[in-house]
Amino acid sequence: MNWLAAIGRYVIEGLRALGHHAFFFWELLRTLPTSLKRPYFALLQVHALGNLSLLVIMSSGLAVGFVLALQSYYALVTYGAADSVGLLVNLSLVRELGPVVTALLFAGRAGTSLTAEIGLMKAGEQLAAMELMAVDPKSRVLAPRFIGGIVAMPILALLFSAVGIFGAYIVGVQLIGLDPGNFWSAMENGVDVRRDLGNGIIKSVVFGVICSFVAVYQGYEANATPEGVARATTRTVVISSLGVLATDFLLTALMFSTR
Amino acid sequence: MVAHDNIASRMPSDTDRPTLDDASADALITIDRVTFGYDPSRTILNDISMRFGRGQVTAILGGSGCGKTTVLRLIGGVHPVGKGSVSFDGQPIDTRDAAQLYRLRRRLGMLFQFGALFTDLSVFENVAFPLREHTNLDDTMIRDIVLMKLNAVGLRGAAKLRIAEISGGMGRRVALARAIALDPEVLLYDEPFTGLDPIAMGVTANLIRKLNDATGATSLVVSHDVHECFAICDYAYIMAAPGVVIAHGHPDELNASADPQVRQFLRGEPDGPVPFHYPAPPFAQDLGLRGTTA
Repeated sequence: MNWLAAIGRYVIEGLRALGHHAFFFWELLRTLPTSLKRPYFALLQVHALGNLSLLVIMSSGLAVGFVLALQSYYALVTYGAADSVGLLVNLSLVRELGPVVTALLFAGRAGTSLTAEIGLMKAGEQLAAMELMAVDPKSRVLAPRFIGGIVAMPILALLFSAVGIFGAYIVGVQLIGLDPGNFWSAMENGVDVRRDLGNGIIKSVVFGVICSFVAVYQGYEANATPEGVARATTRTVVISSLGVLATDFLLTALMFSTR
Repeated sequence: MVAHDNIASRMPSDTDRPTLDDASADALITIDRVTFGYDPSRTILNDISMRFGRGQVTAILGGSGCGKTTVLRLIGGVHPVGKGSVSFDGQPIDTRDAAQLYRLRRRLGMLFQFGALFTDLSVFENVAFPLREHTNLDDTMIRDIVLMKLNAVGLRGAAKLRIAEISGGMGRRVALARAIALDPEVLLYDEPFTGLDPIAMGVTANLIRKLNDATGATSLVVSHDVHECFAICDYAYIMAAPGVVIAHGHPDELNASADPQVRQFLRGEPDGPVPFHYPAPPFAQDLGLRGTTA
């Protein structure tokens, strides 16, 4: 019966953790109106998180654009459809790679930074000091960072896609010699702003919620020791990445279903 | 002065406990028979009672791990008490009542053991923090108040420095300036002398006393520095593991105590009722020496 007890224990612990996350999320949502009354702090975080991730996002976007253009050219030229490189790259970036890769990079770059910052604030008793000053740390520290992440993510995803398309243009038009008119017009005709771009933005907002929530939660709940903060930052990357990938599948199925 | 009679047992019965006397009848904060533990398996405070007189500097002294800081945390409403009650100005503190808790905390200022300064803000902004959060004062007024507070702790000239640029002693003084920014009724000091050089220690002790007298606040100083505390406090409690009060009274009375545990603590004797060795099996047994007595 030991195995049965072990399964029961895992189930109970899992449910408890889920409940704790849900309760924490609700608490965070409750503080949002107060935080939004002072948008300066959230804007600071948009600036901090955006700047923090800008270089890695742009350089990754460019590299992905290069590779996508090359790979799609090699595949499409066999069927005489090389002019569709621009369209294929654009749809891939705007619908999938832009939001997903941006979220994964954000989790690794800005998410870990958020977790470490909040965890170290906890270890240095800064959060406890705020509480004893009658200042709610969830409202003053967590909520602005949470909002900042949600706002920064779609902006970064759009930049990723834009730079990726530019990279594809360099490879496809400048290096391979595709016709620039066909490159851009196929894109213009084949991409629907609401269905493709709009859904891509919705995806990145959802990923922003996931990555920012995981980062602030892990930081706030981290053990106030160097080891505890290190573990929390690792968990941020793992949970955010898995969460983004799982949610992406669900969102894609919902958004782009033809039935 | 009341001393604990049954120190050897380390878990005195209720009748042995120090009782609240009339020395601090006008108490702003009352701790009444509180038992508390962070988890059910480990009790930190065992049925302790304390009263903190209005306008007084009261020291809570005791060795490491005896629950001194926990007392401050319970007064700040950070944790709910297990048994007993903590009252502030006659009202029991209910940690479930967020509104009451925040009203209470606005009347408190706390100096943390290592300052707990906000490392992303400058010295000036650290002191301005509670003013910006809790008042609608304009920047000019906030600037004047912050400079006054920093001047009171001798750091007006350091206003523009970042936290990473100041020493530990200066950090403690900045934290003190931040704690008094809103002129609180109660000032809680958690180990204010730890890690300070003798000059900084003297400066801090002097500031605690002077600020208390100047503002009419009620001050609670948690520390294990007997000399510094006795020099500035009006009344003192001495705590010992496992979270009990072993004596309380005026510093002179405590100094004259014949109680062995009180004497051991005040004189810093390495061995006595508080043993040097952590409980362990016989040494010979640990070394695997059979037939040998330790």
